[in-house]
Amino acid sequence: MAKVKNKPAKSRHLKRFYYTVDQAVDKPFNWKQMWRLLEYIKPYSKTYLPGAIIAMLISTAVRLVVPIIIGKVALDVAIYNKDTTLLTYLVLGIGFLYLLNYISNILRIKWVNILGQNVIYDIRQHLFSHVQRLSHRFFDSRSAGSILVRIMNDITSLQELFTNGIINLLMDVVTLTGIIVILLVLSPKLALAIMVVLPIMFYISTKLRRNIRRSWQNVRIQQSRLNSHLNEGIQGIRITQSFSQEQENAEYFNGVNEDNFESWRIASKKSALFRPFVEMSNAIGTIILITYGAYLILYGGIEIGTFVVFAFFLGMFWEPISRLGQMYNQLLMAMSASERIFEFLDEQPNVKDKEDGFEFTDMKGEIEFDRVQFSYEEDRIALHEISLDIKQGQTIALVGHTGSGKSTIANLISRFYDPTKGTVSIDGHNLRDVKLDSLRQQISVVLQDTFIFSGTIMENIRFGRPNATDDEVLKAAKVVGADEFISRLANGYNTEVEERGNILSAGERQLLSFARALLADPRILILDEATASIDTETEVKIQTALGKLLKGRTAIIIAHRLSTIREADEIFVLQHGKVLEHGNHQQLMSQHGEYFDLVKSQFQMLDAM
Amino acid sequence: MDTFKRLKQFYWPFRKYFFWSLFFLVFVTAITVVYPIILQQTIDEVVLKDRYNIIPYIALAFLIVMIVKGFATYLHQYLGDLFGITSVYTMRDALYEKLQVLSFKYYDNAKTGDLMSRLTADVEGFRFFLSVGFAEVVRITLLILFSLSVMFYFSVPLTIVTMAAMPFLAVVVFRFDKRVHPAFRSIRKSFGNLNTRVQENISGMNTVKSLSREGFEIDRFSSSNGTYKQNYIKTSELWAKFFPLMEFIGNVCAVALLAFGGYLVIDGKVTPGELVAFFSLVWYILGPLMNLGFVINLFSQAKASGERLIEILDAKEDIVEKEHAINTPIKGHVTFKDVTLTYTENDDSALKNISFDAHPGKVIGLIGATGSGKTSITQLITRFYEPEKGEVLVDGKPVSDYQLKSLRKHIGFVLQEPFLFSTSIRENISYGNPDMSDEQIIDAAKRAQAHEFIMEMPKGYDTMLGERGMGLSGGQKQRIAIARAICINPSILVLDDATSAVDMETEFKIQKALKEVMVGRTSFIIAHRISSLKHADEILVLEDGKIFERGTHEQLLNNNGPYQRIYDIQYQDREAIMNGVS
Repeated sequence: MAKVKNKPAKSRHLKRFYYTVDQAVDKPFNWKQMWRLLEYIKPYSKTYLPGAIIAMLISTAVRLVVPIIIGKVALDVAIYNKDTTLLTYLVLGIGFLYLLNYISNILRIKWVNILGQNVIYDIRQHLFSHVQRLSHRFFDSRSAGSILVRIMNDITSLQELFTNGIINLLMDVVTLTGIIVILLVLSPKLALAIMVVLPIMFYISTKLRRNIRRSWQNVRIQQSRLNSHLNEGIQGIRITQSFSQEQENAEYFNGVNEDNFESWRIASKKSALFRPFVEMSNAIGTIILITYGAYLILYGGIEIGTFVVFAFFLGMFWEPISRLGQMYNQLLMAMSASERIFEFLDEQPNVKDKEDGFEFTDMKGEIEFDRVQFSYEEDRIALHEISLDIKQGQTIALVGHTGSGKSTIANLISRFYDPTKGTVSIDGHNLRDVKLDSLRQQISVVLQDTFIFSGTIMENIRFGRPNATDDEVLKAAKVVGADEFISRLANGYNTEVEERGNILSAGERQLLSFARALLADPRILILDEATASIDTETEVKIQTALGKLLKGRTAIIIAHRLSTIREADEIFVLQHGKVLEHGNHQQLMSQHGEYFDLVKSQFQMLDAM
Repeated sequence: MDTFKRLKQFYWPFRKYFFWSLFFLVFVTAITVVYPIILQQTIDEVVLKDRYNIIPYIALAFLIVMIVKGFATYLHQYLGDLFGITSVYTMRDALYEKLQVLSFKYYDNAKTGDLMSRLTADVEGFRFFLSVGFAEVVRITLLILFSLSVMFYFSVPLTIVTMAAMPFLAVVVFRFDKRVHPAFRSIRKSFGNLNTRVQENISGMNTVKSLSREGFEIDRFSSSNGTYKQNYIKTSELWAKFFPLMEFIGNVCAVALLAFGGYLVIDGKVTPGELVAFFSLVWYILGPLMNLGFVINLFSQAKASGERLIEILDAKEDIVEKEHAINTPIKGHVTFKDVTLTYTENDDSALKNISFDAHPGKVIGLIGATGSGKTSITQLITRFYEPEKGEVLVDGKPVSDYQLKSLRKHIGFVLQEPFLFSTSIRENISYGNPDMSDEQIIDAAKRAQAHEFIMEMPKGYDTMLGERGMGLSGGQKQRIAIARAICINPSILVLDDATSAVDMETEFKIQKALKEVMVGRTSFIIAHRISSLKHADEILVLEDGKIFERGTHEQLLNNNGPYQRIYDIQYQDREAIMNGVS
């Protein structure tokens, strides 16, 4: 402890960083939620569930019966009367019961796990599929991490409940009542005396354990703070070394480390009390048994066998009580996890598919905005009554400052959102009446930050159309000029890439997403700042690729760079959600309006520097 | 054992906890065996001999012994835990300090995830072994030893018959242990895959929705979800096979005990009390035996964890300060003399014979394709790496002569992807010098064009950043990073592609800010856009780690080299666009 106690004066850097930590809080027990959870067991209520319950009942019965046979029959009758034949039969009988127990245990463990895993699989599948169908609004307001936690950790925390929890609950209740009934039958007086320990045991397994668990929760909080800092510290190490803050950070870490140590010490101290308490309550039971039990044998007319049976069962009290206490805690945790899961499941997609939606097959690509108004939040209007008319095969450019509404227009075309007022239609069909899948399959969006999934390059391009052949993938890559850099990689198209892998540069990733979009062969193509953050040489390649990509499709281009915009058939200049002016480059330049100013100021900027 | 020897410095100072914990453990196990003896005494001495008067003594003795056991159990467990957590506390501090000083070279090859798992799972594995593992070996040995002694004392033949199944149990336990670990690994692996699948899906949700691939994603998820389920069920089949078997072997022992024991009691060779005591004692031996595999596994895991921790502790510190390193203010004169840098042996050099001389206050522009060596040059100035050949001089002295802190605190870095820490904006700006006054912080923010948007936030400079903090746009983050660099008032400023990820408007704002900031400092600007570096005093055009051409903007424009080519691409359409503007 020397090092902990004689630490230097408190460091000034203990509050350098700030991490918020999720707490797993207990929720009160809620029957409605419990029923909803149990719904997931229903599909198995005629197969694995009854099987597991029967197997459980058999092994519980064996465990209850054997001590009675040993105590009441073997000791009191066979051995007392020196009856070796009976003893032999008893031994064989018990042997048979144990064999039965062995078999039913095998089946119970097997079925219980199959049941639990299937239920967990179903819940996870349900939640994941549901989340896939949710709209952009849902993802806008949540971090990826918090969604991940619900699909992975929250569901995993239900695993134990569905696997062993429910069966064990039944088993423990049966065992406990079984023991109590047997004891009461054998000797009501001794049974009542011994049951004094039950409330003590229940107290220990619920209240004391809960207290202990709270202190462990505190440990986990401290630990996730420590881990958050470690993670950030490693990722930011280059900055830390650049600013030579190694020592200061070490002092901060020492503080976190010490908090962690201290919370752990307190939790350990409390936990260490648990076993002595359990054993003391057992000891009290034993003392009652030997004093009162011996008294009853001598003066109260019970046999030694009864005494022995009591001794056996006294040892069996603790396990079910302890597990019931644990089960209670588990249920409380399951309540908070299932509440979070159901919160997502109850979330409805904002953009809904109509029952008898129109199936878009041969889209031409004529887009019409009729006095469309849209707001992300109630009092913040992103688009004011915009009307646009985009002809088949046209290339449209949207220009304007950040927040002028360019991306919103693009999002409405793919129907990621529904307009608050007015209608968006393609080929004359109101998008609200069209089947979402059939709509989006004919629209491709290329975003500024392309997402690369872990897998091979081939798989990543094929993401645009999963049933495309290798040849088609290759062809698409060649057309957009991605083939060149892919063939230079050691494993070519089979090179494994990942999200943050630095195998690919930003420009190369963008070329991949062009290939992806081309493979999807959409009727409408939306490029949302697709060519920002790319070095000059790659940009040239992308410009060439772009020409090929746009051919024969209706295209919406959102860009800052004039070189991309200039070629558009029509340019819309947006400001604060309104169209200020539109026309092609020449027309707009000669108008000397907002577009003209924009172009001019960009060059002035360059010259000023 | 080498692993434990090497890590001795972390746990040996706290050995007194450990030895006291063991001391109390001896009491605990010895007293455990008392319970069956009390049962035996009650039956044989009290009941069978009709001597109820000694019951109070037995009860009292039992009570006292159990109280002693209670205290011993408490102390054994608490001290054992304390031993583990105290050792791990010192170990974590040491690991963290080590991580702070490891060089860039180390981090180039390290994965955050891997380091994290060492610092969390491996440290925890080692702690668990210190707290529980070793003591558990002692406990099992003692318990078996004590129980066997009592049993032998009661009846030698009965003990031998009862324990006949023990070897079978041992075999089953070891076979189970051998098979369950690979199975667990497969569960963990498939869970990891499932996790990655979901994480990617959510992070890439925009892409998924844009291409309308939800159905495809659900299918992929189903297959990962199914694999996890299958692996789990497969493992549970192992449990279903082995756990009942272990219990069955134990029960066979109990049956043997009843058969042979009953016969011995009838024969008068064993008392009924002893037979009853045997039923408890049998499980004192069988129970721990079933656990033995777990304990042995703890040992091998702790060893493996320890080895992974030693790898960090023993990692080579490439960048070491000289003994009499100097601590002196820096004016900002940077000189490279024939510098060659190779990151990994046998690889192509990242820099080849680079020479230049930047006087204090000058601006150096660096341009070239990705991987041409621009960033490497700036990282040599701060001595993040060591050159293979040649000299890097600051104010005429090799950078290796300086104390690291004294060198680096005069160099301000702004990187393409600004890394901000989870703390307030204020703390982030003053990161390089926590003693900054509020006025200085605000001044830095103003000069970085950040003050205005910071003040627009509800909490101003106290706004928390980080995963759950306020979301900032790329341009805003970049301006905070610039303020952070300005805040240390550096003599040398490095802007590594600082503005490429922001839109033109913001770039313009940042460029304007930077221009003022650069006055009086030696500045290195890495950029793709000509506009960002055309005002530099000297521009170095790099290709494959070599300086391909150098000079001012005007000189390079007519050099027929790559610079001119880049210029043409970036400005070719300017005339065309400006048609009609006059």
